[in-house]
Order: sequence, then C-alpha cells, then structure tokens
Amino acid sequence: MSTTTISPTFDVEKIREDFPVLKQTVHGKPLIYLDSAATAQKPNCVVDAIRHFHEVDCANIHRGVHELSQRSTAAYEETRVKAKKFLNSRSRDELIFVRGTTEGINLVSNTWGRVNVKPGDEVVISAMEHHSNIVPWQMLCEINGARLRVIPMNDRGELILEEYEKLLNPRTRMVAVAHVSNALGTINPVKQIIAMAHRAGAVTLIDGAQAAPHICVDVQDLDADFYTFSGHKVCGPTGIGILYGKTRLLEAMPPYQGGGDMIRTVTFEKTTYNDLPYKFEAGTPNIAGGIGLGASIDYVNHIGLDKIAAYEHELLIYGTEKLSAIPGLRLIGTAREKAAVLSFVMEGIHPHDIGTVLDLEGIAVRTGHHCAQPVMDFFHVPATTRASLAFYNTVAEIDALAAGLAKVKEVFA
Amino acid sequence: MVHELYQETILDHSKRPRNCHPMEDANHKAEGYNPLCGDKLKLYLKMEGDIVKDVSFVGSGCAISTASASLMTESLRGKTRAEALALLDKFHDLLTTDSPVTKDLGKLVVFCGVRDYPARVKCATLAWHTLKSALTSEDSTPVTTEDDA
Repeated sequence: MSTTTISPTFDVEKIREDFPVLKQTVHGKPLIYLDSAATAQKPNCVVDAIRHFHEVDCANIHRGVHELSQRSTAAYEETRVKAKKFLNSRSRDELIFVRGTTEGINLVSNTWGRVNVKPGDEVVISAMEHHSNIVPWQMLCEINGARLRVIPMNDRGELILEEYEKLLNPRTRMVAVAHVSNALGTINPVKQIIAMAHRAGAVTLIDGAQAAPHICVDVQDLDADFYTFSGHKVCGPTGIGILYGKTRLLEAMPPYQGGGDMIRTVTFEKTTYNDLPYKFEAGTPNIAGGIGLGASIDYVNHIGLDKIAAYEHELLIYGTEKLSAIPGLRLIGTAREKAAVLSFVMEGIHPHDIGTVLDLEGIAVRTGHHCAQPVMDFFHVPATTRASLAFYNTVAEIDALAAGLAKVKEVFA
Repeated sequence: MVHELYQETILDHSKRPRNCHPMEDANHKAEGYNPLCGDKLKLYLKMEGDIVKDVSFVGSGCAISTASASLMTESLRGKTRAEALALLDKFHDLLTTDSPVTKDLGKLVVFCGVRDYPARVKCATLAWHTLKSALTSEDSTPVTTEDDA
C-alpha cells in the first residue's frame, strides 16, 4: 500500500474501523466508496445512538411528563446545543431542525422570501448552485414578480466577484450561494460575498451542504444571515438537517408550516405562535434523526474538522495529480480553493459507462449532472463522473480509482 | 464481468454506430431525452404505408444507449408498424424480466446483460421509447408534406 503524502498523525485505518459499511466486497472486490458528497457513510456511534433511542428512550418529545419523553426530549434538544457549537451561533434558538439543506432553503424562500421580496426586487444566486439553491428562488421570483440574477464563473469554476459586484444594487434583497460546490468542489469566498451583499443592503443565505463535512464553519465570523446543512453529509442520518438564522430575522418571519409544537395558543378565531426555534418546527420531528445528528457532530468534532480538512486536502492533491496524468481525462472544476471533489470527463467515453465499469471494480462514484445542470451546460458536457473523497478514504483507494480508469480506457479504446 | 454487459457487438456499435445521420425525407420523427443521463436522441423514420422503409438517428449518449439505437435501426427496416411495436415489447421483456431469451430478437440479444444492471435499463430503452413515440403519437411531427403514413 502506498503511503505517499499521508499525514502520519492521521490514522485512517483506525478511523475506517468505525465504519462497518466499508468492510464489504462489491462484485467480488473490496468496496471503495468515493461518493461521500452524495452521502457520507455512518460511523458505529451514529448507528448506535439511533438504535439506543429506538430500543431504550423512544417517546415523542416536548410536553410529555413521563420519563421516556423527558429522555427523548433531552437527547433531541442536546443536538441543538451541539449544532450551536458546531456553527458557533450566538444562541440555540437560532437553530431550526429541518429535513435537510433543501428544506432549509425552501423554509427561507417561503417565509422570509414571501414577505420581503417584492415585485421588481432581485435575488442573486451563482452559476454553480445545486438545483436546490436555484429552484426555490426561481419559484419565489415567479410568484412575487422578482428577478433572479446569476453570478457568473470562470473556466476553473470560480465565481467572478467583479461581476458579482456589478449585480448588486438597491433592489437586491437576497444573495444565496453555496459555500462549497457539489459538482466542482470550489470553496467560495463566502465571507467576502456576504460582506459585499450586506453593503448593498441584502440578506444572505449560505448553502452549507458540502461545506459542513469538511470546513470549520463559524456563522458569526462569516456574518451569514442564514446557513443551512444536511446531517447525512456529516456522517449523520438522512432526513435531518439544520437551518441557522439570525434571531432578528427569524423573529420577523412568518411561520413555515402550521401544526403542533409551533403554536402557543390556538382558538378558532386566532392562533399565537411559539417562540424561536419552535415557531418553525410544526409536527413531530425526525427525533431519531436529530439524535443521530448529535452523535455525528460529536464524532466529527472528536476527529477534528481541522485535521479532516488537512487530510482531505492531501488526498485531493494526490488524486488531482494521479487523475491529471491520465491521457484524455479532463478535470471539471480546478478552482484554487477546492474541497476533495474530483469531477471529470474522459474523451469519447460516457460517464455512465465509466461508472458501470468502476462499479464492477467495487468503486462507487457518481455519474450524471449532480443536480447542477447549469454547471454541465457551462462546461459543455452532458454529465461528469465525480469521485468525492472523505476522511475515511485512502491513497490506496485513489490508486485503485486510477487503475479502474485504466481499465475503462481498455474496454472502450 | 465487464464483457457480459459490454459485449463485442455493443462496443462495436457504440464506437461505429450504423444509420447515425439525419434523414431529410423522413416522414416521422421524434426526440428522446433522458434527463438523468443527459442523453439526447433524435429518430427519423421513413414509412411507406405501414412499412418501415428507412430509419436513422442522431444523438449523444453512453455506449449502451448508442449501441441500442444503432442495432434498433438495423432491425427495423422492412417491418410493419405492428411488428416494430411487438419487437419493442420483446426487447423490453429482455431487459426487465427473467423470461428466457427468445430467438426472434436476433442481434438484440447482446443486451441481455443489461437486465443485471437496473440503473442502465433506461439507457438501452431510450431509442425504443423514442420509436414508440414516432410510431404511435398522434402529433409525431410529419417532416414532409407528403406524409403517406
């Protein structure tokens, strides 16, 4: 096994012990999971936390006086406190449980957007957004008669800030951009993007789906107005995520969904709403998911996001060199600031054929448009193959990817 | 294992697709799009009465979808509309059921490996769905004014 560039202080083999899913063969070959940008694998402690809830503490949360309900409420609400530290927000009340990043964005577009975006106003997104940070704003603009504007990018897949500056004007109400691009891996200078938006009087939302698993996020330092991420990309379960919003904005916003838990008093004449954060949390939530998310935040913190980022960066550099050396392979997304995503096309070979041949080698990659069709259009490709790396991946796995791609070329030569 | 799916004939037709060109005197055409893959295909049919006189396609797609379109065009010439639709059903069964492989599929049997890859079935059927639309759709655009179909 190659040991090139691997930090001796990062014991990846020990970490891999925490992920039972990685110890299997696929089509007779050891599984090599390179699809963590789609969803990250779950360590034992997350699986255990969910199991423990179902086996020992299972009860609905809030308002229950019995022991189990108090236990489940405490465990669920503890995740909010963990998320507060994870994002460094001022208060736990600024953290709202959602199903994931997509719901986080839809919540803001449907509540804040509904009352603040008026006919003739403008919403700014970027050319590299995931469909989930395009479509909700497009829907809002259509209903409210507003205009959607797009920050362009260059051929490396970096946003052109001079062009962004030109888009900002007194009608700009919202700037919504990804912290890290899922299709390209670009890490956007969101602190600067936010500051520029604020100077124009606009509110900002950062799609943190791809950033939260790889970068230390500090919403106060960024001065983000809204920041949202999904639990399952941070080694937590699916169906749970967090939306952060500044208190003054959340307080002024109308509720999202109506139902139990989000109310204070209900009569047939008038309902008064609950305080933050519950005002935005109608109905019985994904309790097990919330508890699992807490365990995953603990796990990631235990390893250390700074160490994770440093190790993944080494993997990225190694993988970039290895893949760039393959004739006929073109990397899509070569930003100078990049997370561990290797998106590429190969001359004359369709990504789906690449994906199938790699799968037969036990290598899981994602092929397609990655829910970012405008990005594909920009690079004039119908689709790409994407290998996305996480801290449980190894240099040897990147070597196996390169060997698998050699096989792909052999088959389709 | 790779070669059970990507049989020689499939690789050959994906690299050198047959009947891969637009057809100026087509009297039926239809477009197929697979949004998941980004595969696009345009199918041209020249019908003489009830008979498929000529058929061609243009498009971009993976090896499976290109080879499927190419082999489809080869197997359709001279067939009646009903025969073409019957072949589509048999081809669909080949890909999606465990039914025994029938001889009347001819060269199309090379796609039998696809049934083990459910995610790839849509690649192999794109051309055939487009054919169905060209043959059956009321509004499949006649591209000449002398549509005798």
